[in-house]
Amino acid sequence: MRLEKCWFCSSTIYPGHGIQYVRNDAKIFRFCRSKCHKNFKMKRNPRKVKWTKAYRRLHAKDMTQDSTFEFERKRNRPERYDRNLAENTLKAIKKIDKVRVDREARHHALRMKGKKAKEQREATKELEQSIHMVKAPAVLQQEPSLTLPKIKVKVAHQQSEENHPMEE
Amino acid sequence: MVQYNFKKITVVPSGKDFIDIILSRTQRQTPTVVHKGYAISRLRQFYMRKVKFTQQNFHEKLSAIIDEFPRLDDIHPFYGDLLHVLYNKDHYKLALGQINTARNLIGKIAKDYVRLLKYGDSLYRCKCLKVAALGRMCTVIKRIGPSLAYLEQIRQHMARLPSIDPNTRTILICGYPNVGKSSFINKITRADVDVQPYAFTTKSLFVGHTDYKYLRYQVIDTPGILDRPFEDRNIIEMCSITALAHLRAAVLFFLDISGSCGYSIAQQAALFHSIKSLFMNKPLIIVCNKTDLQPFDGLSDEDKKLVMEMKDEAMKTVIGQGGEAINDDGVLLTMSTLTEEGVMAVKNAACERLLNQRVELKMKSKKMNDCLNRFHVAIPKPRDQKERPACIPQAVLEAKAKAVTEKEKRKLEKELESENGGAGVYSANLKKNYILASDEWKEDIMPEIIDGHNVADFIDPDILQRLEELEREEGLRLEHEADDDDFEMDGKELTPEEQEALAEIRKKKSLLIQQHRIKKSTAESRPTVPRKFDKDRKFTSERMGRQLSALGLDPTSAVNRARSRSVSRRGRKRERSLAREDSDVDAMDMDVDQPGKKLRMRSRSRSRSRSRPPGDVTPGEGFKDSAQKVKAMKLAKKSVKNRNKDARRGEADRVIPTLKPKHLFSGKRSIGKTSRR
Repeated sequence: MRLEKCWFCSSTIYPGHGIQYVRNDAKIFRFCRSKCHKNFKMKRNPRKVKWTKAYRRLHAKDMTQDSTFEFERKRNRPERYDRNLAENTLKAIKKIDKVRVDREARHHALRMKGKKAKEQREATKELEQSIHMVKAPAVLQQEPSLTLPKIKVKVAHQQSEENHPMEE
Repeated sequence: MVQYNFKKITVVPSGKDFIDIILSRTQRQTPTVVHKGYAISRLRQFYMRKVKFTQQNFHEKLSAIIDEFPRLDDIHPFYGDLLHVLYNKDHYKLALGQINTARNLIGKIAKDYVRLLKYGDSLYRCKCLKVAALGRMCTVIKRIGPSLAYLEQIRQHMARLPSIDPNTRTILICGYPNVGKSSFINKITRADVDVQPYAFTTKSLFVGHTDYKYLRYQVIDTPGILDRPFEDRNIIEMCSITALAHLRAAVLFFLDISGSCGYSIAQQAALFHSIKSLFMNKPLIIVCNKTDLQPFDGLSDEDKKLVMEMKDEAMKTVIGQGGEAINDDGVLLTMSTLTEEGVMAVKNAACERLLNQRVELKMKSKKMNDCLNRFHVAIPKPRDQKERPACIPQAVLEAKAKAVTEKEKRKLEKELESENGGAGVYSANLKKNYILASDEWKEDIMPEIIDGHNVADFIDPDILQRLEELEREEGLRLEHEADDDDFEMDGKELTPEEQEALAEIRKKKSLLIQQHRIKKSTAESRPTVPRKFDKDRKFTSERMGRQLSALGLDPTSAVNRARSRSVSRRGRKRERSLAREDSDVDAMDMDVDQPGKKLRMRSRSRSRSRSRPPGDVTPGEGFKDSAQKVKAMKLAKKSVKNRNKDARRGEADRVIPTLKPKHLFSGKRSIGKTSRR
């Protein structure tokens, strides 16, 4: 039993899931679910479909090259069973996984690094520029703090505060 | 080896059928249409054709019969005699002769009538001639009807004769009835002959086949023979006599020493001596059957003497074949078909003797020289007396010896399976013979999948080493990380107030966007009403006041100004009420005629509610004039009317106001009939 990769989105296909399509030139396409299968039938290029791993790798959203990927390689020659080797391999897989996950997390963090600063800058700018929408400049001059003014209206019909959103 | 196959003779039809077949064929396959107006030669030709056609068909069919039935003189004398015995040669020949005569007669008839037809002068005459010809032919056939029937019977019987090859190795079994001949043949071959306690169970010859030394032997079972003078024998016995006479075979003379067949040994011996002339030149074996009932040694002396006499006769035949001194076993054998002891010995002895005899004969004949070179084995002439045995390496000899012992000792998987409960219960342990570095690992189950990875993809002899390198790398990297990550984000955080303000700003922006989107999408489908016709009352001064105060400004002045500027105010120039606060400077062009209702409404007291007549159309609604609005209101009301669910007649149901309008039921027509109104 082998876990395969979906041709479209590159996720693992567990047993009992998905569809395999064999083309006339004997190339096998495996799909994890009908979403990928239908996209394939529509002849979409996975490198252009945002949510696939192929796109993410291509556009450097995810880690592309790493030594942890070297460990997992399809070997066509079966090795003779060796208990120690099997034990070691199983333990190693866990550790390799951890390392890989850490590295991916760091890659992501690196990618998102300047985001907070940028967001804050944008926020301050927006605040500065659009404050007139919630507080009139005249009022701002008098009272430079950013507390929002409360609505004081002498209304003839004595309408309550709750009706505000509806009528505005 | 020619196989006499009597199964391929075509069916002989009976007289009537024969006539029917031929005549219907003539009818179908010759032209049928003729008129008396045709030319006379054409008529003659037509009828001559019919006559000739019929004659030809008869000739064909009768010739086929004559050719396919075997001529008794031309076939092997065994079959000739057999057929003679069964069917009487003379009758057979007579029948065939009659067929032949019929054929010739028909030919003559046809010739005569064709000659007559050449001079026929009218259709009628020609037709009569043809009828006569055909009639005469048919009469001929009718007369040979009984012969045809007889031949058909013979054909059916012949087809069921056993296919005996007279030239191959044959073993013949003969003896009194009920001595055990059929049981014997049942034992050594796959034949299934009836075995019953009454005499003459076997009524005809039966053939079985058996193998000995890679050769096939025919075994022929005969019906029992009684001791009678030759002329008194019946057909069944004659069958066996014929077989004895003509087939070159080994003869097994069966003797029932227990006497349970109903005949004593003396009688059997008498039979033997009467037919011993038939055993000339045939290997003869005397078989004493039914030893389970009466062992051979328990025989009385007289019986033994008789048997010995028979044996002597048999020995004579042996000696006649080259003088080999065969002991008793080759000539006199005992067996019991019931207990099956000695059966195989008898068969082997018979086959052996027959084979030897045939080989000798062949050796003597001239054909041997052609075969001899096939038998030659070349042996090099020894040049000196030195022994040169075959050279087998020691290892091979040892291995051979070991293999023998191993083969005996080894337990098969099949045995193991059957011990542990059979095929469905026991499943073989396939891992038993695995070749691994350590035998303890044989029963290990290795996982194939872990955490979404295939374990087989990771297996590598130096995985530990690589893992170590990886961890070292990782360790290094982490240290670097720790150094780099010291510079933290600058604390340019927004205060909660600022955050609130920001949230408010974003909300307002999104509202604006939403409204714009709505306006944008409906602008094409709905006419944009200009602002002065404010149906939704969006542009009121209260609203303005609320929005201004939300921004923090004091709206009172703006609201007052707006109110003073409003139309209703403007119209009331004369009024000097306290409501007027501001001094309007701008004397904008005002539509003084406009006020109308609005002015009146406002000037009156507010006790009356602001209702309007039903058809009154405000400019923002989309109606052209009040008439249109009234119509629209009516339509709307109609759509909510209740349906007539009582199934009473409504307006839509057809009504014939006058059942008999005059114009349809009176008056003449200008053209046409008035038969229906």
